[in-house]
Amino acid sequence: MSQDKPAREPRLVNPRPRTLIDRPSHFCPGCHHGIIHRLVAEAIDYFNVRERAIGVASVGCSVFLYDFMDTDVLEAPHGRASAAATGMRRALPDKVIYTYQGDGDLAAIGTAEIIHTANRGETISVVFVNNTNYGMTGGQMAPTTLLGQKTTTTPYGRDFRRDGYPIRMAEMLATLEGVAFSARGAVNKPANVRRTRELIRRAFEVQLKGIGLGFVEVLSACPTDWGLKPLEAIKRVEEELIPYYPLGIFKDKKEADHL
Amino acid sequence: MKKLIKGNDAIAMAAIEAGCRFYYGYPITPQNDIPEYLAREFPKIGGTFLQAESEIGAINMILGSAAAGKRAMISSSGPGISLMQEGISYMSGSEIPAVIVNIQRSGPGLGGISPSQGDYFQATRGGGHGDYRTPVFAPSSVQEMYDLTFLAFDVADEYRNPVVVLADGMLGQMKEPLDLRHPPQRELPEKTWALTGCAGRKPQLLKSLYLGHRELDKHCWDLWKKYQRIISREIRFEEVETKDADLVVVAFGSAARISKTAVKDARKEGLKVGLFRPISLWPYPEQRLEELAKTAKAFLVVELNTGQMVEDVKMSVGKDKPIHFYGRPPGADALPMPIEILDQIREVYP
Ligand SMILES: Cc1ncc(C[n+]2csc(CCOP(=O)(O)OP(=O)(O)O)c2C)c(N)n1
Ligand code: SF4
Ligand SMILES: [Mg+2]
Repeated sequence: MSQDKPAREPRLVNPRPRTLIDRPSHFCPGCHHGIIHRLVAEAIDYFNVRERAIGVASVGCSVFLYDFMDTDVLEAPHGRASAAATGMRRALPDKVIYTYQGDGDLAAIGTAEIIHTANRGETISVVFVNNTNYGMTGGQMAPTTLLGQKTTTTPYGRDFRRDGYPIRMAEMLATLEGVAFSARGAVNKPANVRRTRELIRRAFEVQLKGIGLGFVEVLSACPTDWGLKPLEAIKRVEEELIPYYPLGIFKDKKEADHL
Repeated sequence: MKKLIKGNDAIAMAAIEAGCRFYYGYPITPQNDIPEYLAREFPKIGGTFLQAESEIGAINMILGSAAAGKRAMISSSGPGISLMQEGISYMSGSEIPAVIVNIQRSGPGLGGISPSQGDYFQATRGGGHGDYRTPVFAPSSVQEMYDLTFLAFDVADEYRNPVVVLADGMLGQMKEPLDLRHPPQRELPEKTWALTGCAGRKPQLLKSLYLGHRELDKHCWDLWKKYQRIISREIRFEEVETKDADLVVVAFGSAARISKTAVKDARKEGLKVGLFRPISLWPYPEQRLEELAKTAKAFLVVELNTGQMVEDVKMSVGKDKPIHFYGRPPGADALPMPIEILDQIREVYP
């Protein structure tokens, strides 16, 4: 029998990253913000830049970024994180600057800021959390809301004749010269989590190498405002979001090939 | 030694001399000389000039650089200043210091590019949302454009607060001899609050969101205490022949400059007239005006608008003495001549 085998110490295969503060999250059950926070923390640890990193939080459910990331954090006005990050980048050329922004924040009110920050090729890393609605304010329509999706401000479903079409930021930003890396991931299953971990890492790497702006869009479940149970929400990411928002890398410059 | 310098350039020169190395802005008349000057000079000294995609972008870039502990300045006019208000409110709430220059043009709306004082309310009453104040300094000469810019940086850093320099298109566009010696500068506390990465210390945070039980209440009262310190220490004004004045003209900036000539002319006619010129518009020199109300028989407020600062004069002087108002909301050639103000003085002279 196996009782003769020495008892193995239980060991965490994937321990908490140093940069992720050990405290209960305030996110709703089944929310993906927490997983994405962790992946950002892992990337910061991977490059060992926690003490050089400065986060710029956006306004949305992730506004409390500073409660979870053990780095300096600046709280920017709604939509303006990339502009504030620009000011930081210019003032602190040797630091590692990252923003963490929702889809209302980045793709609606902050569209001008992100496009021009990307176009200037600011060497920052942008983590863009697309949960197809405005989570914090109670689930209103975002530019990313899918056609037909019911939100509190599209109670009959999003209609393209009135509201236009869901916007694909990762593809759009990939067209800009200043963007070194643009990709989309999801965290609805372990394989996607692992893939997204690599994407976020790469978004930091292009910053550290000075190639340009690193952008990662992450499809994220918002069970509360979707009116779904956590498992149903995960299913929705797979069945409804990914078909419209394909996962993948849309741009990956290997070096700063400025024209 | 004095040099003939344009008002807007004087501000840009002062910013450089005061150690500002970060400027973000968006073109708008009549302040374009400031970004153009810095676009030319900053690269030579390692400064950062960046033309932003909008004033919203620009104010948040300032927010970012200032949060990193750097001296940063932004300038604009009219519509551009309106777009910055959210950012100024956040900076006030997060206690991030910077200098905001408003070379006023006329409004509302697109208004016009002629000099105006129509942004007095916006500048002195906060302008953006929430319970905050920003010190406002109003130059009335090219020399003061220079000197008050130095002061604005010091006051901003001392109190960790955005500070407004409120000038206008006339002051910005005119040339005067400028003494380039630095005004006295203050000993300032180290910016230990700046976000520079957490090497060797605990991570820091700059924020304006307070959701905990009575947290915001405390934050607002803490800010209030700071504002009280500013009120007790940063009031500035100029007086011309007010001692025996029966009529005190109250005006700031360009209006004060024009009024000064009118007051001197009135004196030549034997009228006992003086000029009271607030330099800090917030904090407002209300106490001194209150004192003047004991000796003066009447007041005449002159502004390049339909009556904004006059409300502060009324609050300071009270109801016992008549307060007259002469307003010249601007238009292409609407700046009043000294003779027109002199006519007003004659008319209301007690
Ligand atoms: C100027 C301004 N307008 C509106 C708001 C209100 N507001 C707070 S969060 C938010 C939307 C957040 O949605 P998103 O960026 O998608 O983040 P999520 O909560 O979904 O993660 C809005 C509209 C605000 N704070 N500031
Ligand atoms: S509302 Fe949605 S995005 Fe916000 S915490 Fe809850 S599940 Fe997450
Ligand atoms: Mg969202």
